[in-house]
Amino acid sequence: MKHIKTFVAAAAAMVFSTFATGTFAQDAAQDPGPIAYAKALNGKRVMLVPMTMGFDLAQGWAAYIKKEVEAWGGIFETRDPNWSVDAGAQAITDAINSETRPDVLIVHSPDLNSYSRLAKKAQQAGTYVILVDNPTNFPADAFVGSDWDRLGQLEAEAAIKGCGENSSKKIGLVQGDQANASSLYQYAGIVKVLEKHPDFQIVAKPDSNWDATTSRNVTTTMLQQNPDICAIIDFWDGDATGAAAAIRDAKLGGKVFLVTTGGGEKSADCDRIEDGTYGAVVMTDLARQSADINAIIKFLLQSGQPAGTSSTYIYTLEKATTKADLKPDSCWDLKALQTSAQ
Amino acid sequence: MSSDDGRICSGARAIITGCRLVAAVPFRNIQDAGVLKRQVPGRQPMRIPDRYRLNASKGNLPLRWRLSQEAIILVVAAAVFVVAGGTLSGFLTAENLVAIVRSVSVLGILALGMAVVIIGRGIDLSAVAIMAMSVAWYLELLNGGTGDAAAFASVLAGVLAIGTINGFLVAYAEVPAIFVTLASGSFVFGYVRSQVISQDAVPVPQDHWLERLGSTRFFDVPVEVFIFGALGVLTFVFLRYTKWGRYVYYAGDNPVGARNIGIPVRPVLVLQYVISALLAFVAGLLTAASLHSINTRIVNSTLLYDIILVAVIGGIGLSGGRGGVRNVLVGAALIGVLLNAMTIIDIPLLYQNLIKATILLGAIVADGIINPRDEQTAQQGDI
Repeated sequence: MKHIKTFVAAAAAMVFSTFATGTFAQDAAQDPGPIAYAKALNGKRVMLVPMTMGFDLAQGWAAYIKKEVEAWGGIFETRDPNWSVDAGAQAITDAINSETRPDVLIVHSPDLNSYSRLAKKAQQAGTYVILVDNPTNFPADAFVGSDWDRLGQLEAEAAIKGCGENSSKKIGLVQGDQANASSLYQYAGIVKVLEKHPDFQIVAKPDSNWDATTSRNVTTTMLQQNPDICAIIDFWDGDATGAAAAIRDAKLGGKVFLVTTGGGEKSADCDRIEDGTYGAVVMTDLARQSADINAIIKFLLQSGQPAGTSSTYIYTLEKATTKADLKPDSCWDLKALQTSAQ
Repeated sequence: MSSDDGRICSGARAIITGCRLVAAVPFRNIQDAGVLKRQVPGRQPMRIPDRYRLNASKGNLPLRWRLSQEAIILVVAAAVFVVAGGTLSGFLTAENLVAIVRSVSVLGILALGMAVVIIGRGIDLSAVAIMAMSVAWYLELLNGGTGDAAAFASVLAGVLAIGTINGFLVAYAEVPAIFVTLASGSFVFGYVRSQVISQDAVPVPQDHWLERLGSTRFFDVPVEVFIFGALGVLTFVFLRYTKWGRYVYYAGDNPVGARNIGIPVRPVLVLQYVISALLAFVAGLLTAASLHSINTRIVNSTLLYDIILVAVIGGIGLSGGRGGVRNVLVGAALIGVLLNAMTIIDIPLLYQNLIKATILLGAIVADGIINPRDEQTAQQGDI
C-alpha cells in the first residue's frame, strides 16, 4: 500500500513536473523572431516616389506595399510628381529634410542620373534607397525591377517567332527616348538577339518619346516606307496604343505582329492580347515584384547595416505572353487590387 | 555727331546732339541712321526715299525684296519638301502626303484656336489641358455608365464654362491672359486628374461612336484631315467675313482705339477664349478617336509650345492684330514636312529636336534681319 502511495505520489510528481517543465519549455521556445521583427519594423516609414502615381505599375506597387507595411505597423506614404523630374526631386529633398524622414525611400527614377545625388544624400541621412523599375548610375541599397536587357531579348524572340520563317524578316522598333535606361537597355537586348539571327533586320527605329500620338505618326511612316514589316516592337504599352492605331489604319492588322512591354494590368495588356491588338506582351509579374520590394524592405530595416552598405539587384522574372498562353491569372486587375487594399 | 561733319541725323537725336534735322523721320532704328549717314552732304535738298517715309513699310530693304515671315517659312517648308521629295523614296506617295497632313491635324486645330486668341492679343495656355481633360472626363463618365447624351452635354458645358471664365478674367478682371490661362489650365488638369479620373489614360468604351469616327475614311483619307480642313475654313470665314471676326483684329491691334470707336472689346475677348476651348475639345475628341484612349500625360508634353510655335512661326505676331488661318497652315506645313522627313530618314529624336529647333531659329533670325523691329512696328504687349 505504502508502495502504491509512493508510486502515485511519484507519478503525480512526475506528471506535475512534466507539466511544469512543459510550461517552462514553452517559455523557452518563445520564438524571438517576431519580437525582433516588431522591434525593427514597428513605426518605420516607407515612402514611394514613382514617376507618377497615374499609371498601373505605380498604383499596383503602392497597393501591395501599403498592405504589407501597414500590417507590420509601419507608415506608408506616396508622392506624386506627375511625370515631372523636378517635382520628384523636390519630393525626395523634402522627405530627406523633414522631421519624419522616411526610413526607406523607394524611387522610380526617370533616367540614369537625375536622382543620383539625392539618393546619395538620402543614404547619408540614414535612409535606405530602393530603386524600382528603372535603374540608375547610382548603386542604391537595392534595385528591384526588370532586367531591361533581358526584357528586350524576350521581345525580340517574341517578334522573331511572331514573324515566322517565311516572312519578310523585317522588324520595326518604336523606341521610348534616348535618355531612359529602360529604353536604352531594351534596345541593347533586342540588338543582341537579332545579331544571332542575321537574316532578321531592323528597318527603322524611331522614338515615340513615350507619347501615343507620336508613336502612331512614326509607325504610320514606318509602315508606308516598309509595308512588308512583319513585326513591330514598341517599347511601352503606354504608347503602343499609337502603334496599334497605325497598324489598324494601314489595314495591316493580323499581318504585323506587335510586341510591347507593360505592367501586366488586365485592361492595358491582357484585354489587348485577347482582342488581337498586341501579338505579345512581356509583362511584369507585379505581385512577385512587389513581394520582392516588401522582402528587401524588411531585410534592410532588420539588417542593422547603415544605408549605402550593400547593393543588391533583384530582377523580376519576365516572360512574353501571347494569346496562346493567356490565362485568367496572366494579368492583375487594378480596380480589384485597389478595392482590396482599402 | 553734329552738322559740322556733314552728317545728318533725325528725330529726337537732333535735339540732343544738335545735328541738322533733315526730315520728319521719327525714332527709327540704328540701321536707318546708318543709311542716312551715308548720304553725301551738299546735295541738298536731300530726297528721302519712299521706303524711309513715316508711312512706308517697316524694314530697311526695298519692299520688293522683302519677304514676310510667312513667306520665309513657306520657302523653308517648300525647300524641305523638294529636297525630301527628291531624295527620300516613298516621301512623295499619296499615302505619305496624307499622313503628313494627318500628323499635324490635331496640332493644327489647336493652333487655329490659339491663332484666334493671339490675333486678339491674348494667349491661351490652357488649351492642351482643356483638350485632354475634357475628353478624359467625358470618357470617364461613359465608362462609369452615364448616358452618352448627358455625358457629352455636361462636358460641353464644362468646356464652355472654362472658356468663358478665361475670357471673363482677361476681359473684365483685366488679369493678363498668360496668368489667367496658366492658372486655369493647371486647375482643369489638377481637378480632373485628382477628382475625376484614377489613371493617366482613359480608354474609349467598346463600340463607341468615337471608335467608329476614328476609323472613318473618305477616299482613304482619315476623317481628322477633313475636320481640320472644315474648321480651317470656318475659322477663316469667321475672321475674314464676320463682324465679330473683324472685331478680333481691331481689338488685338489697338484695344483702346477699338473701344473708343464703339467695338465691344470685352465680349470679343470672351468669345476668343470660348472658341479656343471648343476647338481644344474637338482636338481631344479626335485624338481619342484615333488612339481609342486619351492619355492626360500629354498635358506635360511640349505640345503647348508646338501649338504656339505653329501659330507664331507661320507669322501671327504675338503682339496681336495680324495674321490669319493661312499662317497656321504654313506653320503646320513646315512642322509636318520636317517631322515626316526626319522620321523617314530615321533620325533619333534628340537630333530631330535639334534640327527642328535650328531650322525654326534660322527662320526667326532671317525674319529679324529682313523685317527688323523698331518703334513703329513693335507694339505694347509684344513678347
